[in-house]
Amino acid sequence: MSYLRVVGLVAAKDLRTELRSREQAVSLLVFALLILVVFHFAFDVTVPDFTAFGPGMLWVAFTFSGVLALNHAFRIEREQDRIDGILSAPIDRSAFYLGKVLSTVIFMAAVEVVLVPLAAILFNRAFDGRLALTAAALLLNLVGFAAVGTLFAAVTTATRRSEMLLPLLLFPAAVPIALAAVRTTGHLLAGRPFERFAHWVWLSVAYDLIFLAVAVLLFDFAIDE
Amino acid sequence: MMPGMLERLLLLAATLLIPVAIRMAFVLAPTEGKMGEVQRIFYFHVPSAEMAFLGVGLSALFSVVYLYGRRRLVDVMAEAAAELGCLFCTIVLVTGPIWARPIWGVWWTGEVRLTSTLVLWLILVGYLLLRQSAADREQAARWGAIAAIVGALDMPIIYKSVEWWRGLHPKVLKISGGGGLDPVMGQALLVSSLAFLLLFAVLFMARVRLGLLEEEAESLARAVDRRAATAGGAPAGGVS
Repeated sequence: MSYLRVVGLVAAKDLRTELRSREQAVSLLVFALLILVVFHFAFDVTVPDFTAFGPGMLWVAFTFSGVLALNHAFRIEREQDRIDGILSAPIDRSAFYLGKVLSTVIFMAAVEVVLVPLAAILFNRAFDGRLALTAAALLLNLVGFAAVGTLFAAVTTATRRSEMLLPLLLFPAAVPIALAAVRTTGHLLAGRPFERFAHWVWLSVAYDLIFLAVAVLLFDFAIDE
Repeated sequence: MMPGMLERLLLLAATLLIPVAIRMAFVLAPTEGKMGEVQRIFYFHVPSAEMAFLGVGLSALFSVVYLYGRRRLVDVMAEAAAELGCLFCTIVLVTGPIWARPIWGVWWTGEVRLTSTLVLWLILVGYLLLRQSAADREQAARWGAIAAIVGALDMPIIYKSVEWWRGLHPKVLKISGGGGLDPVMGQALLVSSLAFLLLFAVLFMARVRLGLLEEEAESLARAVDRRAATAGGAPAGGVS
């Protein structure tokens, strides 16, 4: 079985499970929306503020719901020791890792696809015109977040304190991604040219590549038991 | 025994050098013109930062070596280095604001070194908490190695991102702010760095020795458990 096919199969398995049970998509989305509503009340955000603070608020909502998604991604494997089945299968473990990254990215992207328009309504500010670029920027940063998050989630879900441990490890490590995401979206919202924030995009690209490679090398050690 | 000898020698050297460093920092080095006495905190702040980075670097290095060879000793060394990194990082975070308050007028700003040091501290604390949550030493070692390697590789990227986030930032941390750096100041900083390095080495060796003793105690406790189990008695206490 080819490597990429394994990656696809693992992701497809997760998506199929989710489509059948629908246990997490709804709760993730409602949770993320709730964060935006809390911000809306807490800071009494007006329309011009959203250009300045919107990207940050959105990214807080994404990362917090992302941690839930990451915890879930490995909890379903740890339940009833399903992970043993996967580990004993004749597949490359890094392919399993990449499949998990892929399904996490798809889940989080799905949340964003719904959340961004809702935020635009809630804060009366449209992402006018540069929708494709904004989506690409969010996706780029999602990959970095999921790359490190999946590696750490594989480790933390083996403990009983994963809800605490995963954000504790992931948030500091994901600082560059969070900053790059917020700045890139901010520049896009303000309608500035690409040259103004190109360095942030390259930072995200570098982060994605470095940590995907590192995680592929280290994943074996994260689950080898 | 050689390791014990080395540790004692280092301890002796540290005991001799630390008072010299303190004297140079508080008495021999001239008072800085613009900042006044508070500038002397640099002789402790800067070496602490150096030791924090040394701890993180060593921990990541030992982690890579551990994942290759799975030697217990190497993991104990990785953990000791990370703990010391965390300790010195805490000192940096405490002494920094003490200096910043009279000089910058604020305890804390979003300045790049402050922010990235805080993130580094959080990464180190996460590393230590992760190790504590592991079921056994082998798991703690593997997990810790992953966290240490990711954290160390992340540091330059975090630094760069925080730097860009803030835009322009003043190069205030240059001692005495450009101009003529008094040679005694440079010497005091050098001696102090050396004293901190010796302190780091002494603490490191003591911590490694302690780690090995912990392991021995655990394996002895396990042996007692096994013997009690085979003798049909109740286990003599779990492994902590």
